Amino acid sequence: MTEAATLTAAMGNPLARPAAEQLLAPRRRFPLVRKLFKHRSFVIGLSIVTVLVLAAIIGPWLTGLDPTSMRMRNRFKPPMPGIWFGADQFGRDVLTRVLHGARLSLFIGLSVALMSGAIGTMIGICAGYFRRLDSLLMRFMDALLAFPAILLAIGISAALGPQTTSVIIALGVAYVPRTARITRASTLVIREMEYVEAARLSGAGHLRMIFRHILPNCMGPLVVQLTFVFAYAILAEAALSFLGIGPPPPAPSWGNIIAEGRDYSIEAWWIMLFPGLAISMAALGMNLLGDGLRDVLDPRLKVET
Amino acid sequence: MLRNVAFRLLQAIPVILLVAVLTFVLMHMLPGDPAVVIAGPDATAEAVDRLRHQLGLDRPLPEQLVNWLANLARGDFGKSLMLNQGVLSAVLDRLPVTLSLALLAFTITIPVGVVLGVTAAYYRNTWIDSAVMGVALIGVSIPSFWIAIISVIVFSVELRWLPSSGYVPISQGVGPWLRALIQPAVILALFQVGYLARMTRSSMLDVLDQDFIRTARAKGLNEWATVGKHAFRNSLMSVVTVSGIILSLLIGGSVVIEQVFALPGIGRLVVQGIIARDYPLIQGTMLLLGFAFVIVNVLVDLGYTLVDPRVRYD
Repeated sequence: MTEAATLTAAMGNPLARPAAEQLLAPRRRFPLVRKLFKHRSFVIGLSIVTVLVLAAIIGPWLTGLDPTSMRMRNRFKPPMPGIWFGADQFGRDVLTRVLHGARLSLFIGLSVALMSGAIGTMIGICAGYFRRLDSLLMRFMDALLAFPAILLAIGISAALGPQTTSVIIALGVAYVPRTARITRASTLVIREMEYVEAARLSGAGHLRMIFRHILPNCMGPLVVQLTFVFAYAILAEAALSFLGIGPPPPAPSWGNIIAEGRDYSIEAWWIMLFPGLAISMAALGMNLLGDGLRDVLDPRLKVET
Repeated sequence: MLRNVAFRLLQAIPVILLVAVLTFVLMHMLPGDPAVVIAGPDATAEAVDRLRHQLGLDRPLPEQLVNWLANLARGDFGKSLMLNQGVLSAVLDRLPVTLSLALLAFTITIPVGVVLGVTAAYYRNTWIDSAVMGVALIGVSIPSFWIAIISVIVFSVELRWLPSSGYVPISQGVGPWLRALIQPAVILALFQVGYLARMTRSSMLDVLDQDFIRTARAKGLNEWATVGKHAFRNSLMSVVTVSGIILSLLIGGSVVIEQVFALPGIGRLVVQGIIARDYPLIQGTMLLLGFAFVIVNVLVDLGYTLVDPRVRYD
């Protein structure tokens, strides 16, 4: 009996499942995951991001301090055992603030990536799939793209007022054109594929075509793009906070800790040094992760904003 | 060529219109009444009403939009409340600062980024590649204003080599101008250098794998000519593509850098406008920058036709 025949026979009979699995066993499962874990940048990036996420989740609980509690006795205490990252102008523990800031900054990064991903994908697929909408939607994207992303975010965020949600909306909108362009490009390629043609001929409706056939096949380049958007969003949140239109104090975000510590940057360098390192590590981790995903998921894709 | 230019310019018109409409929509998304905000917290109800009428905010939205577009067509970009000056002239006053900073950063970025990218691609998968790409990666991961503050502490406060803030017009001499701008420009360029190096490397890698490179080597052409002429020329296309993005990133980045180094440029104007809630100023400035980038994109697209004669717009 040939291999194929055994396989069909085995699949036809539910009782023969183990045999089928045995037959498939030599073929490695999850080839993508295996490839990813062999990719150096991916592994380094994933480790950095995991450490930061863990720090954000359990860190605040470990130090056991309130990030906003002021202890004037500790004012401007430099880093020392017990106060590892020093204390700020109000005697607040910088380590505790950086750990709490991790929650807010990573949350903003994730929300921005998800938001620009969802809206951008919708627009990109519509433009690529319904060709009549294409030029209208893409001219709109061109117009949005005409503003430097950070400036657009400044404008939106200034209009909505300094709140965490407005930062998310501002950055989410600012990165939409990029995700839209990527998904549109993938959609244009996928819609010409034979399996899409086959699905169309077998009478699949637009919704089924989009969700069953086009969307899943757009995911590779999109996921890569979103890891980079995550990295940019963390940097941009910091920049907005620095300009005074980020998440408002006293709740710490990495950006507003630096902004608040700036006035003391010469005498009390530790206030702004550590959150800056945290931002750099987070962006570095996401960029490395994105590089790895790009090489494995989509070898043709270039580094793009 | 002329046909290309004309065609590309025609394509830019709807985008410019959309940029104007988008800016309008953005500013009318404001929660609350702009008239209340502009009049300030102490204004009486009549004063607010008067202001609303004066600004035309009591008219229906479509009419406001048409008026706003008509004003734009006449070159009226609105009036700043805080400066009591037209937005266009306020922006033009500050343009030399931002342009000096952005262009200086641009002239640093392009050669450094390209050389790093080409070097990394040529020595791919060696320690040279890893080292260069590591530096590039750090460049795109560090928040610029943070490294700017650190740089000021090191080079201005401790070593006293460079001024920590302020701008000197180029009319007072290239030396002082350069001295004032070199620190902000280098810092501003860091992100872009990393970005361009990564981009150049990947497009060079594509080209280095092509058959014509093998042919060039096989026919005994020396390495310098092979890489420098054949390979690099063919990857120039992507450098042109990113140069538009880079210019946009530079202007965006200069908003933040101008703030650190107290440079009186457009970015600082926008930030002051935000603090003073000067919405007409923010609106007008964003619009002008939006227009500028539509034009930059047209120039970039036309740049393609120079770099690669196969590209046509028709």
